[in-house]
Amino acid sequence: MASEMQSNDFLKGFRDAKLVKKVVEEIHQRISRPWSIMEICGGQTHAIMQFGLDQLLPKEIELVHGPGCPVCVTALELIDQALWIACQSKVIFTSFGDMLRVPGSTNDLFSIRASGGQVRVVYSPLDAVKIAKDNPDQEVVFFAIGFETTAPANAMAVIHAQKLGLENFSILPANVLVPPAMHTILNSPNNRIQGFLAAGHVCAIMGYWEYPPIAKRYQVPIVVTGFEPLDLLQGILSTVELLEDGRVEVNNAYPRVVSFEGNKAAQRLINQVFEPVDRKWRGIGIIPKSGLGLREEFRSFDATKRFQTGEIQTQESDICMAGEVLQGLKKPADCPAFGTLCTPNSPLGAPMVSSEGACAAYYRYGKN
Amino acid sequence: MCLGIPGKILSIYEEQSTKMAKVDFGGVTRDVCIEVIPEAEPGNWTIVHAGFALNILDEAEALETLSILQEISELAGEEDSIIGI
Repeated sequence: MASEMQSNDFLKGFRDAKLVKKVVEEIHQRISRPWSIMEICGGQTHAIMQFGLDQLLPKEIELVHGPGCPVCVTALELIDQALWIACQSKVIFTSFGDMLRVPGSTNDLFSIRASGGQVRVVYSPLDAVKIAKDNPDQEVVFFAIGFETTAPANAMAVIHAQKLGLENFSILPANVLVPPAMHTILNSPNNRIQGFLAAGHVCAIMGYWEYPPIAKRYQVPIVVTGFEPLDLLQGILSTVELLEDGRVEVNNAYPRVVSFEGNKAAQRLINQVFEPVDRKWRGIGIIPKSGLGLREEFRSFDATKRFQTGEIQTQESDICMAGEVLQGLKKPADCPAFGTLCTPNSPLGAPMVSSEGACAAYYRYGKN
Repeated sequence: MCLGIPGKILSIYEEQSTKMAKVDFGGVTRDVCIEVIPEAEPGNWTIVHAGFALNILDEAEALETLSILQEISELAGEEDSIIGI
């Protein structure tokens, strides 16, 4: 039967309104007191609001939005570096589309493109390699942002460029990792997170073997959660059940995509090209071993080595409270600039730009 | 960013010794790198992110999850009817 499943059955099944209603009822029945649960992934923040799930949940559940938006947490220094490189002659700067409107200290990639810079949006890192192959007299740089989900694709672009013998391709390494950020959030004296929805597609690659020690150390249940309405509700139900029963466990509510050990081939690919490095997160600060840098044998593909950008003086907005929003300490609507000085068309901070940013989600789905 | 779209693998090929596939996303076909799912076969479902297959989608697990949720629904339904009586 399974093999006869039609193309949209996966989506339809996990959006079944009747089942959604029943799982919501079950959550209402199981809950007896307030709980703060963080969904780490910005894609989940948007899905929760897009489907109005937050409106269906009991008032006892506070969903706190996590830092899982790579566009939002990419350090201002890196953005400014990208802007500097994109301005150089004979450079084609390639990036995922989300990155174009993210404000640097003085401008953004979009405005560089508008003033004649060669900034191109790519769907896949491999598309950037193809651009390098087709433009041998230009330097092609790819802004390698993303979490563990994107890391294998970024690694593959480097390997593919090496195979093709491309000397005009490099990446600006900006990958970040989820578990170190969870440690930072849970170590904060202001932490109020009691349970986590772990990001399903990060876990598709990494599995969830890294989470039991985190759960145990900080006494928080963690549930691997997907992105469809029923996935999200099942993740929330499972977290509520663990919290209500006082059980500190790691559950998997997304087993059709995630296994405990994850995708080993993808993990090998990441480890072949990258190594953990300390990385600064925008609005949060430096988190030890929370980023991926190129290994020694792939350093020639590092755009920061190829382009001597020198010291860059950064300037953040005085008003924007993106850092507190990303750490779950403030809600977007707490910001005085929300929806007035700061909108998706004229953002002060990255969370208002990205299709995964919490501020953009609140703005788009009318939460204020 | 970590958006993953389910698609069905139509055919598999190699490009500069990188494993690639034609993948159908509800009628739209795209080229996808399947380097980290070497065991994939045409007909398999996969979750794709940034032109890159993350994993093979386990159809049996998908149906199992739906049937567990269905059971919750049926149990809740029974409770409703008891209350109704």
